[in-house]
Amino acid sequence: MLAFLFRRLAAGAVLVVVVATTTFLLLSLTGTDVARNILGETATQSAVTAKRHELGLDQPLVERYWHWAEHALQGNLGSSWFTGEPVNQSLTDTLPVTLSIVLAGMLVAAVLSVTLGTAAALRGGWVDRVVQFAAVLGTAVPSFLIALVLAVTLAVQLGWLPATGYVALGDSPGDWLRSITLPALSLAVAATAATAMQVRGALIDVLRADFVRTLRARGLTTRSVVFRHALRNAAPPALTVLALQFIGLIGGAVVVEKVFGLPGIGTLANSAAVRGDAPVLLGTVVVTVVIVVAVNLLLDIAYGWLNPKVRIS
Amino acid sequence: MTTVEPSTAPAQRDRLLRRTLRDPVAVVCLAVLGLVIAGSLAAPLLTSHDPARSVLADTLAPMSGSHPLGGDGVGRDVLARLLYGGRTSLVGGTIAVLVAFAVGAPLGLVSGFYRGWFDAVAGWIVNIIMAVPAIIVMLVVMAAVSQDLNVAMIVLGVIMAPMVFRLIRASVLAVREELYVDAARVAGLGDARIMRRHILPVVIAPSVIQATQVFALAIGIQAGLAFLGLGKASQPSWGAMLNDAFTNVYNEPMLLVWPGLAMGLTILSSSLLGNAVRDALGVAEPVVAKRRRHRAKAAGAPVADLPADRLLTVSGLCVAYGEKTVVDGVDLIVARGEVLGLVGESGSGKSQTAFSVLGLLPDQAEVTADQLSFDGKDLLGLDLADLNALRGRGIGYIPQEPMSNLDPCFRIGFQLAEPMRKHLRLSRTEARTKALELLARVGIADPERVFRSYPHQISGGMAQRVLIAGAVSCDPRLLIADEPTTALDVTVQAEVLDLMRSLQRERGMGMILVTHDFGVVADICDRVAVMQRGRIVEAAPAARIFAGPAHEYTRMLLDSTLEGGPARGPLVTPAEPVKEVTS
Amino acid sequence: MTSLLLELDDVVVEYPAKGRGKEPFRVLHGVSLSVAPGETLGLVGESGSGKTTLGRAVLGLAPVTGGEIRFEGRPVSGLGRRERRALSKDIQVVFQDPYTSLNPALTVMDILTEPLLVTGVARAEAERRVQKLLGHVHLPQDAARRLPREFSGGQRQRIAIARALCRDPRLIVCDEPVSALDLTTQARVLDLFVEIQEATGVAYLFVTHDLSVVRHISHRVAVLYRGDIVETGDAAQVTEHPEHAYTKRLLLAAPVSDPERQAQRRAERLKAAAS
Repeated sequence: MLAFLFRRLAAGAVLVVVVATTTFLLLSLTGTDVARNILGETATQSAVTAKRHELGLDQPLVERYWHWAEHALQGNLGSSWFTGEPVNQSLTDTLPVTLSIVLAGMLVAAVLSVTLGTAAALRGGWVDRVVQFAAVLGTAVPSFLIALVLAVTLAVQLGWLPATGYVALGDSPGDWLRSITLPALSLAVAATAATAMQVRGALIDVLRADFVRTLRARGLTTRSVVFRHALRNAAPPALTVLALQFIGLIGGAVVVEKVFGLPGIGTLANSAAVRGDAPVLLGTVVVTVVIVVAVNLLLDIAYGWLNPKVRIS
Repeated sequence: MTTVEPSTAPAQRDRLLRRTLRDPVAVVCLAVLGLVIAGSLAAPLLTSHDPARSVLADTLAPMSGSHPLGGDGVGRDVLARLLYGGRTSLVGGTIAVLVAFAVGAPLGLVSGFYRGWFDAVAGWIVNIIMAVPAIIVMLVVMAAVSQDLNVAMIVLGVIMAPMVFRLIRASVLAVREELYVDAARVAGLGDARIMRRHILPVVIAPSVIQATQVFALAIGIQAGLAFLGLGKASQPSWGAMLNDAFTNVYNEPMLLVWPGLAMGLTILSSSLLGNAVRDALGVAEPVVAKRRRHRAKAAGAPVADLPADRLLTVSGLCVAYGEKTVVDGVDLIVARGEVLGLVGESGSGKSQTAFSVLGLLPDQAEVTADQLSFDGKDLLGLDLADLNALRGRGIGYIPQEPMSNLDPCFRIGFQLAEPMRKHLRLSRTEARTKALELLARVGIADPERVFRSYPHQISGGMAQRVLIAGAVSCDPRLLIADEPTTALDVTVQAEVLDLMRSLQRERGMGMILVTHDFGVVADICDRVAVMQRGRIVEAAPAARIFAGPAHEYTRMLLDSTLEGGPARGPLVTPAEPVKEVTS
Repeated sequence: MTSLLLELDDVVVEYPAKGRGKEPFRVLHGVSLSVAPGETLGLVGESGSGKTTLGRAVLGLAPVTGGEIRFEGRPVSGLGRRERRALSKDIQVVFQDPYTSLNPALTVMDILTEPLLVTGVARAEAERRVQKLLGHVHLPQDAARRLPREFSGGQRQRIAIARALCRDPRLIVCDEPVSALDLTTQARVLDLFVEIQEATGVAYLFVTHDLSVVRHISHRVAVLYRGDIVETGDAAQVTEHPEHAYTKRLLLAAPVSDPERQAQRRAERLKAAAS
């Protein structure tokens, strides 16, 4: 198990390095004159040259990369080209917002998907058909469209929950919860739908397995057979799907944050992308990948715990 | 994103298409998609407005003759933007699908078919691509390379190629393991021909489903990017319309409805169409939880009248699946301490008979009987709780396949202790002690270790001993063993039969042994019932069956045992040259 | 001594280990045997003995990492794909599972003509030969138009035999071809194997776990135990008076379909085990 985790951790580290490097190279490819963009059309040529020197853009690419990587390894992701604000600071400000809605969304998705998937697999009939149909809708409709509908109906029209803005957990837990409810729900829909279908499918397969018949033949109650044995066996494939869904959830957060006016990583990345603010964009990509790796590692641990073949090898 | 199950079903495309079209949902979806396509193509005919041209006076204009859907926040015609925006979405979705399949499909085919280093490298790259949220990659790409949405869709296609890659690879891997692919190779077919004949047809149906998903996802992501304000202003799109509408949500909420509706319907139609194809292919239906009770055709004889040594009485047992009757009026008696062999070929209904005693048949099975009683108790009227109290406690069950009958997620000790704690109300430590004793009793050399092991850590023969220990753990009076040694090697089979015999004698259990092997019958059974096509054709003491079978079918079965027949002599004459059969 | 059709000389088969730095998994530890033209060599062993792997090695489907396999005196173990394909005329196969060895999407005619068409036989000629073949394996003439799932296990195995025969091979590797079949069907399919051999002079490498099957069909028998051949000899000799301890154990473990004789055999087995 330890060796397994170590392998996954190493793979995660490689992933972060590869993604960061690729992103750095991509962002360096841009043909536009960044210094000119920052200073505006009216700036003098010498001012532009000075700016370029200040940003280190007159250095060769490899040198710039080493410079950036060296600092990044020490935990310093540089500063914004436009505002001069340290990227670390921007990330520290925005990270709690994104984590709040993404993790809350994950939690909702995990609970709902197990409930719905189990109900569909066990009850069959109309329950199953309704869940399946809802799941198709849920996986198809992009989360920001759901967010738009929720924002316009529940927040703007009915005024039940705030339409925009974020309240920190430390400031007021109640308001924090109100501010993240709609974004988290919008994000949870797709993950719930996909994972519920996986739970349903895996559970149906397990319930047809020979050992389930043998457990029944031993006189165990349906409750024990389904909830102790079958669900436990169905969990690993469901976890795999949930891990994949988490990545989609972070992507969805970028757009959902805009709908609800939340100052999260997505908003940061978006404005950086529109302006062409490479250090900020790079920082958000690195942090996103680190979060993905961390969450996947947690899910790997859960997977190993649930699956003795992985745990004992 | 969802994963599509790789299908090994034969791809019969014509039939699939026809079956899909019989689904009304599919027809509606196709109609909606047709409408969207027609509207986008005919945009210049349906509106004379330029979707990108702003007229200040038309800002948030109401619906009117010249602007059927009004004007947007900067005075552009909403209908024109809706129609031309449809083009952007459809073209974008199509580009993404084409690129995703152009990249993912060949790589998936090669990876799955040849495996090896190529598969390893491709898998590694795919994992990296899939680990980064698509929309974040798109932000980077659009910031760095191009603001053109069509260029973005090409990149999106590459990002989504891993989905296609994984699906195709999984499908190919599944088929590749089939013996018919080996047979084709031995028959001298080249790789290209094997791919075309045996592998591609299997991949096509899941690919169609996957394509509809990629299409829907791509349209959604494209709209998301445009909604974020990326993309060229000259390129009308539903996402950009949503962006404009959202900024004016307090003034003119209707503006949100048109692009939202168009996008939602397009995406849903595409997905539901994929779903309809999947339904047409036929997918797993759940096991319905409610089980049908045994129901007697007529009231059985009073149970109390049975002789005391009768353990199990079955009379007039029928099992049917819809029209098909698999057990047709079976009568059986098992006395206390007696081993009854239930012999027959596959499809004779012998396992179905055994399972109906335990109430373990699938729910689709229709079970009826004149009488079904165990040790003075009528089994027909039992509810699930009573039945559960009896299973394991009164009647034990030994299955056929040792490995698939243990729960892979739980330690063997737990699986042994669980029924004992329930039936015998033992404490955790008592159950543990008894489980260890049982493991030692069934001939396991190191009970402590096996107690702590997971099923995948022990051999098949050992697993069968564990299952036997489990079957006898709560001291049942009757054992039902369904081909308990068929999956085992002969040397292991002999030992397991020894074990079953000694346990049966020691505890005086009755036993029904379902088997197709007369050697096993000769080894352990007191009495034999021979089944053919759902009926018992002959039942007699074992010695009599072997000495003089009364029924013709029994005789034929016994005659076809090869055991004891003459050996084929050595090859005497040097073989003549090979004669061609076919010429 | 007639010239040999198939010779295995100290053949080793290893599968690469899963982890790095681990020993590869050795399935066959240097197996030598031979098959003469027109002969059936029965290969008996239990699960894990490597008997199926041996058959697959002869077919070119398992990695031979040591020793040599010769067909008609020519080494065939290290052949490239193209040369291997040329060999498919002479070496054919019948697999154990009649359900997965036939492509469910193709008709019997398609399945049977495929090996002929790849060698350039015209379709009409191929179909004519297939019709004739169906007769040889005692399948009805209309079988060609049907799909595999319309046939029973025994009939499917006949189709598989027909596929093996359609290019007039000199050797057929039979991998447990009757063990998935019912008793009565088993006997009939075995008779078909013998009948075909007597008519065509094809040789069989007949892999099975069942001593009585191997006795019925084989001229000679080789016993495989954990990747090694422990005993070879005439069928009667090996299945009645085995020399090697393992073969003896195998023989005594197989139950006899007669309660009295089985009780005797059981007693013998327990006595042998105790000593």
